[in-house]
Amino acid sequence: MSAWTIGYAVLLYVALVVLIGGLSYRVALYTMTPAPLRIPTMPAPRTRAGVAVRMAGELGLFTSLFRGDKWAWIWSYLFHVSLLLVLVQHLRYVLNPVPLWVRFESPFGSYAAFVLVLSLLGLFGRRLAVARVRFVSGPSDYLMLVLLLAIGITGAMMRFQSRVNIIGLKAFLLGLMYLRWQPLPAEPLILVHVALVAALMLVFPFSKLLHAPGLLFSPTRNQADRSRIERNGASIETPTEVATSAGQEHPL
Amino acid sequence: MSDITVPPLGEFIVTPTPVAGVMKDVKSYKASPDHQRALGFPDTLVDNWQEVAVKRLGELLDTQRGLRVYLDSCVKCGACTDKCHFFLGTGDANNMPVARQDLLRNVYRRYFTWPGKLFPKLVGATDLTPEVLDSWYTYFHQCSECRRCSVFCPYGIDTAEISMAAREIMDSIGLGQKYCNEIIGKVHKIGNNLGLPEPALRDTLEGLEEDVKDQTGVDVRFPVDVVGAEVLLITPSADFFAEPHIDGLIGYAKVFHQAGISWTLSSHASEAGNFGMFIGSHEQMRKVAMRIREAAIDLRVKRIVVGECGHAWRVAYSFWSTLIGPLDFLDPRYPQPQHICEVTEDLIARGALKLDASANDDKVVTFHDSCNVARASRMGDRPGGQFTVPRSVIQSVCQHFVDMDPNTIGDKTFCCGGGGGLLTDDLLDLRVKGAMPRMQALNAVVKEHKVTHMAAICAICKSQFSKVLPYYGMNREMVISVHQLVGDAIVLGAKD
Repeated sequence: MSAWTIGYAVLLYVALVVLIGGLSYRVALYTMTPAPLRIPTMPAPRTRAGVAVRMAGELGLFTSLFRGDKWAWIWSYLFHVSLLLVLVQHLRYVLNPVPLWVRFESPFGSYAAFVLVLSLLGLFGRRLAVARVRFVSGPSDYLMLVLLLAIGITGAMMRFQSRVNIIGLKAFLLGLMYLRWQPLPAEPLILVHVALVAALMLVFPFSKLLHAPGLLFSPTRNQADRSRIERNGASIETPTEVATSAGQEHPL
Repeated sequence: MSDITVPPLGEFIVTPTPVAGVMKDVKSYKASPDHQRALGFPDTLVDNWQEVAVKRLGELLDTQRGLRVYLDSCVKCGACTDKCHFFLGTGDANNMPVARQDLLRNVYRRYFTWPGKLFPKLVGATDLTPEVLDSWYTYFHQCSECRRCSVFCPYGIDTAEISMAAREIMDSIGLGQKYCNEIIGKVHKIGNNLGLPEPALRDTLEGLEEDVKDQTGVDVRFPVDVVGAEVLLITPSADFFAEPHIDGLIGYAKVFHQAGISWTLSSHASEAGNFGMFIGSHEQMRKVAMRIREAAIDLRVKRIVVGECGHAWRVAYSFWSTLIGPLDFLDPRYPQPQHICEVTEDLIARGALKLDASANDDKVVTFHDSCNVARASRMGDRPGGQFTVPRSVIQSVCQHFVDMDPNTIGDKTFCCGGGGGLLTDDLLDLRVKGAMPRMQALNAVVKEHKVTHMAAICAICKSQFSKVLPYYGMNREMVISVHQLVGDAIVLGAKD
């Protein structure tokens, strides 16, 4: 085992633990924190099924962002869709044998890398070009885009520009999964790409990437308009006894 | 009027280039020790205020899921930046919703997240310094908690929740706002925002009975504390004396009179408004609302109806059952509480009111959706009823109705510029500028459709527009109550 292999194996294990542990902790916090008052942005659906439709729109189509800012919507929608395609394409590096549907998706997922990079450049450009967005952008906002761009560019280079030992990389990844370590092909592009992905996994639970679970827990979007049907009283101290004693006296 | 620069009204709203700090000197007066004490808040800024504030923020994070999720989730996409009327009217960068949130978010990151503790510069985390506290006081009192930004946020981040939390933190360290806290104290002591004591209330209502008798020849009653009445009407106390609010109150009375519904006001709960919401204090909000539950039980009413008041309807519709419920001692055949517009629409639909819409033929009316009604409540059975019910009522009593630009009504409505505890003269500059988007849309229909009146269903909207319309060269009497239109069209005494 080379030092690269050991170092990257440890890095990826740590990154995975931090990603899953950190996200689980965050999600647990969101779940355990009470939402005492009903604050859905109205008009809101009146049923759970209606809320599911609303959330599906937000998750799948970014409906609110579409209403709010068309350019932001275009770039971020392209980014998220291409990211999804790329991630599905990456399943071929961790699944053996590669399922048919992943094989079928593979070309789409490969060329989506170009859209991914383009959309990140679009987001970056917009952040610089629009004075309002520039004002609210901090170093971490630009760094996040740079990190994603670097991941996308190194990935696309491996796929389309310089051949790397992808078979060896897959063996390494499978080895990590099945605890039978295999050597990591210590090629510069692989080392950089994998390290950047590990960095992304490490910062995910501590950064604005929490917008992903955040949307699911956003009371303005996931609450139904049911104040007239059921009382949301479980999580706030209820004052019923105060009111009853006042009512019994009938001072008038 | 001279020292306030009024934004010009163009053909459409021009989004300004953000400049930080242009409104930094527009501050509302701070609460006096007396105002603070009446609410159980510290008299003045406590010595260890940083410590107390961070601790209070921690408590709020642990008890309000929305706050925690919203402070974590923002990606600075900027979709909200051009949605706030206060930014559009002032151009102050800190009035962009995300920038306003960041005033609190940066402190949250510093004290509650690893990156903020380890690399504050990188993520924009800031210590809670006196300067930061000062910016909190300024800019969290330049938010009317109207929630327009949250409509367009991809995660539904609600700046109102963040402003409310910031105000609650400031109250907890002894830095309250005079306007809100003085008013809440009056409710605790007397029962309404104006501090109108029971004898004065009775006098006012007797005067109204005489006025209506003089005008119509009919004995329309304005009852107070009538035990066993069918309906307890909870309405903003501005309805008892302010123009144009009072004509709305006359309208409610005529509706009940003509429909033969026995009703009463309460001297104990003579206020629909609930400024406890504005300052983000669930405890104050509950204490204010509790008077209504007590009054309803004492008066043994069967129904509670809420008059024209925006944030009051939000509290009533969305929060009452949680804060002061269950309201199961009321008649289950009716929604509890019910909005006066729902009551009137239902009566009109059932033919219980004889109306002569030609009484309003001298008017071309448009309707201002109040922010809290539009984005935080509902009327009727269907989503969006908060938009259709008042319009249906208006169109039943008025033949000339025009809507404003669709981007400024419905759930995209602009706040009047005076909501959320900002309806005070110390903030007049802000209020005038914040009204710009609504004034722009109104001005457009005045020019194009010869609109003469803008109807509203909120006491704050009515007061705010009466004040700011002249700054934009329009008549302050353009703003009227929806139930003034109704009241003027009701044919009293007639039964079909």
